[in-house]
This record gives sequence, C-alpha cells and structure tokens, in this order.
Amino acid sequence: MSMTEQRSTSALLYLSGVTVSFDGFKALNNLSLLVEPGEMRAIIGPNGAGKTTMMDVVTGKTRPDEGEVVFDGRADLTKLDEADIATLGIGRKFQKPTVFENHTVRDNLLLALAGLRSWYRLLLATPTKAENDRLNEILSIIRMEPQQHMLGARLSHGQKQWLEIGMLLAQDPKLLLVDEPVAGMTDVETETTAQVLREINRTHSVVVVEHDMSFVRALGVKVTVLHEGSMLAEGTLDQVSADPRVVEVYLGR
Amino acid sequence: MITRFLWQGMGRNLRLFVLLVLAIGIVLPLLNLLMPPASAFYVPAWVLQLIGKYLCYASLALAVDLVWGYCGILTLGHAAFFALGGYCMGMYLMRQIGSRGVYGNPILPDFMVFLNYKELPWFWHGFDQFWFAAIMVVLVPSLLALALGWFAFRSRVTGVYLSIITQAMTFALLLAFFRNDMGLGGNNGMTDFKDILGFSVQADGTRAVLCFASALVLAIFLVISGAVVGSRFGKALTAVRDAESRMRFLGYRVEGYKLFVFVLSAAMAGVAGALYVPQVGIINPSEFSPGNSIEAVLWVAVGGRGTLIGPVIGAFLVNFGKTWLTGALPEVWLFALGAMFIAVTLFLPKGVVGLWSQVRTRGATRKARAPA
Ligand SMILES: Nc1ncnc2c1ncn2[C@@H]1O[C@H](COP(=O)(O)OP(=O)(O)OP(=O)(O)O)[C@@H](O)[C@H]1O
Ligand SMILES: [Mg+2]
Repeated sequence: MSMTEQRSTSALLYLSGVTVSFDGFKALNNLSLLVEPGEMRAIIGPNGAGKTTMMDVVTGKTRPDEGEVVFDGRADLTKLDEADIATLGIGRKFQKPTVFENHTVRDNLLLALAGLRSWYRLLLATPTKAENDRLNEILSIIRMEPQQHMLGARLSHGQKQWLEIGMLLAQDPKLLLVDEPVAGMTDVETETTAQVLREINRTHSVVVVEHDMSFVRALGVKVTVLHEGSMLAEGTLDQVSADPRVVEVYLGR
Repeated sequence: MITRFLWQGMGRNLRLFVLLVLAIGIVLPLLNLLMPPASAFYVPAWVLQLIGKYLCYASLALAVDLVWGYCGILTLGHAAFFALGGYCMGMYLMRQIGSRGVYGNPILPDFMVFLNYKELPWFWHGFDQFWFAAIMVVLVPSLLALALGWFAFRSRVTGVYLSIITQAMTFALLLAFFRNDMGLGGNNGMTDFKDILGFSVQADGTRAVLCFASALVLAIFLVISGAVVGSRFGKALTAVRDAESRMRFLGYRVEGYKLFVFVLSAAMAGVAGALYVPQVGIINPSEFSPGNSIEAVLWVAVGGRGTLIGPVIGAFLVNFGKTWLTGALPEVWLFALGAMFIAVTLFLPKGVVGLWSQVRTRGATRKARAPA
C-alpha cells in the first residue's frame, strides 16, 4: 500500500522501517527517512543515536536486520556490496578522517576520481589530460594546491577533512554522505566547509551528520533529529530546537 | 605500450639495481668458465652454485614482498609455490634420466620401479617435454593461488586468518608430498638428475648458464614488479593495503587487485623454484615445510618490506649468514634467526633499505643545516 507508493516516488534515498541490532541492542530502531533528489539534509542527534550506523547501512557496510533501503527508486541497497553501492553513486566521508596515508594528496584524489576501477585497466592506464585538469580543479576548490605532493600522513586533521571532501568531489557521486565534517576544525574552517558543502549541493544531494549547531545553522537546510535509533523530529533547525522532546533529549542527558 | 608500462615503473635506483643483478649473473659465470683455477679471479663452481641459489631465493623474496609489502597479505605459505615449481622441474629432470637410472627402466623413474608402478601416472605425461614442464612451472602454482585466493579474498579473510590459511596450505602439501602413493617420490623426493635440455646438469657450462638464468629471471621479475607497483594499479594496491574498506567505499573491487598480485607472485615463486632445483640437484617434501615460508618472510623484513630492492638484499644477507653460521656454529643458526626477527621488528621496521634511506636523509638534513 503506502510502502509501494512511496517506492515509486522520486525519492533519491528511501529508508523504511530499518532496524539494526548488535547483540540485541538496537542501534537503529524502525528508522524511516526520505531524501529528495538535490536535497541537502542535516542529521543531528546525541552520541550513540545511530547516525553513523545509518550511513553504514546505506553504504553496504552493515546489513539491516529489517527494513527497506532503496536508492534512486530502484536499487535495493540491502542486496548490494560496498563497491556496487559506490558505483551506483553514493560517496561517503567518514567520521574519523581516512585518507591514504602513504599516497600524496594528488594521488588520493586520483584514486577517488570517478571512472577507472577495474584492476586490469588500471595496469596500463596513465592519467589523461581531462583527469589532470579535473584534479587541478578539485585541488583549487579544496585549497590544497600547495600541498598536492605531500603525503596523506603528514596532513593536519583539518587538511585531512578537506582532502576527504575533495575525494568526494572527485568521486562525483549522486549522493554524498558526510559524517561530522567539521569535527576538529576552527570556526573559520567550519564556515568555509559550510560554504563548500552548499556549493557541492548545487549539483549533488547531500546528507550531513554534525553535532556543531552553528554549522548546521549555517547550512540552513531541513534537519532530522535521531534518537535511540529512531527519528525524533524533522523540520527546520528552529522548529526542531523548539520541540520539547528534542530539548529533553539534548538537555536531559 | 608494454615497454612504456615496463619503463614508467622503474626509478633510477631500480634500473641500476637491475643492471647490477645482471652484471653478477654475467661476470661470475664468465670468471668461472674463462679463468684458470689458479687465478685470483677464478670463481669456483660451489660459489657459482651458491650465488645461483641465492638468486632464486631473492626471486622468492620479491614474490613474497609483492603480496606482503605492497598488498598487506602476510603470506606464510609462499615456499609451497616455490616447491611446486621445483617439483614440476624435478619431474622434467626425472624423465630426462631415461634408461640411465639404477633400474634402467626407459620410462619409469627409479622410485616408481621400486614401488612397483606398472605404468606412468597420468599427471607425469608431458613432463618429458621441456616446454610442457615450463608451462606447468607457471601454471600449477598460479592455479593453486587462484583457487585459494578466490575463496579467501571473496569471503574477506584477512590478517592473521589469511596467514594461517596459507600456512595450512603449505603444511597440507608437505604431508601430501610425503606420501609414496602421490607418485612424486615420497619423502625422498627426486634427485640424481642427469640432463637438462640435453646438457649435463653437473657440467660447468650448464651451471654457469643456470646461474645466469637465475640472475636474468630475477632481473625480469624486478622489472615486472617495478612496472606493477609503479602503475596506477600499484597505487590502488598500496591503498588497498593501507585502507581496504576505504577502497571499497570508493567503488573498487579489492578482491581483483589482491587476486592478481597473489597469482602473479605465486607464478614468480614457481619459476624461482624451478631454477633452484637443477642447481641444488634435489627436490623433496621438506621444501614445503612451514619454516621455509616463514624464512622467506624474514628475508623481506630484513631487507625492507614494501621496497623492490629490499627483499633481494635481505635474501642475500640472511642466506649468507645462514650458510656461514651453519658451517661455523650449526647449533646457533635457529637462535640467530629468531634474534634477527626480533631485532628487525624492533629496530629496523623498514629493513636494511629503510636504514640506508634514513642515514641518507639524516646526512642530507645535516648538510642542509651546516651553512646556517
Ligand atoms: N559494530 C558495532 N557493534 C556493536 N555496537 C555498535 C557497533 N556499531 C555501533 N554500535 C553501537 O550502536 C550505537 C549507535 O552508534 P553510532 O556510531 O551509529 O552512533 P552515532 O550517532 O554515530 O554517534 P556519534 O555521535 O558518537 O558518532 C552506539 O551505541 C554504538 O556503541
Ligand atoms: Mg557517528
């Protein structure tokens, strides 16, 4: 009934009744969520609310015990593995920045660049002019041209965050899942990151998880509040922060 | 396109090193053949044989490094691929003996006559031809690696579990090859070889050519490995080593990457084993013993994991030490091996090659600081 109706809607990402339990503990509990094409959505919630687990489910890292996860109105993400899902067009930035430490900034971006993935084609491939141009473009967007030949291991925490965002751009997915992008950033960096994400959102759909309320305010998008694995509230930041249940969850701890 | 592929991976150091390996493989055999035994430049046959052996070990070490150093798969079973290549060569050499065996049977090797075989087992057919044996030397280890890797990598077995599987593989093969009814010589293995390609394996000329061939093969392997790790594939490979799940989330099927290097590496080990057998004159199940695989890993650790030159240097250093110690103080060798393993893990995480580049950068920074 309503489920099949929703499936045929234009939602880019559709989660319905998703439950994930770890040894009986429900990290996600009957979670439903809709993200429209072109939308940017902020997800907030206290520690352990299940935000990262939600991303794990969408990217194929964790299989839900129950529920539906549909991408682009047709792909059942619960049946696909990480590489398939990435190829469909879902990119992810991790909570803990993970860049390739023994590769230069430029090579990190090259590895992320959309296109070649199969091992036998990479054996003989050299970066094309178009690829190099794209890398230069991304380097300038993330403002890391001077560091392009620096190894990932030598970057500061903030630079790693930036590089990861650059890798997402290089991957050019339809949907970006961004887990706590401004953790450990200065206020100025946070502000710039919000700008960059809004920029990215012009051509991509984005789901951002973040604790930093000033950052979420700067994004100015619809907010979903997660609590104990379920959706608690949804709306503008002002609406949800006026919701007594949300206040209770945040202040009552 | 292929030449570009081969050249782009080679840095200047690697090119020089390949030339050095080739020079050793050419000069030593020539000195053995051309110099009179009284000359100071004469290289005795036993030295040639020793160097030839070390060169084969170096190829094995390079193979181990390709999967361990560049892809993070700690293989504890690579000696099995080496031994399988060796057995294929051994079977060819056995069939070259013909009726010159003790029992004089023109078809059946001595051990089969002794065990009352009536006819040649099916898998021995074709091994009288060198080309067939040569193909098998590559094919048998590759197929085993393909089968093992296929299951292990697809079911995402990693880390210590993968090491245990590889170790179990070599141990299982050890037990299997010990059995007489395997038709491969049981615990005595195969020996008393006579000819290879029509030349006596004992002759000086043959030994010289085998030593040269071992150097040539090592040089070729260095070039191939350099091309592989220097390519975009190589970048992806080390990325898989450092952050496998990250690569999956970028859309890479990491199984394919692992499988390719694992099979390539097994094939390299097989060829090394095939060159080893005619030089040492015997192949028996002890080549499968788990300790051999662990030693090969140690060579890589000592020389420098994740570098191409390191494993070669490590194989030479450790085996030189082994040859010397087992001669001088045989009971000490195993302890020395253990001590070396601990020392390298504690003090030389990047091996001898890492130490060298450390010294060089330290020297460079001192020089840079000096004028200030
Ligand atoms: N692999 C796992 N095994 C067991 N428990 C897990 C696992 N992953 C997550 N959890 C638990 O599930 C709950 C939700 O975790 P999750 O990481 O999704 O929270 P989060 O909302 O991202 O929190 P934070 O804001 O701290 O990042 C937590 O209580 C966590 O301990
Ligand atoms: Mg989290």
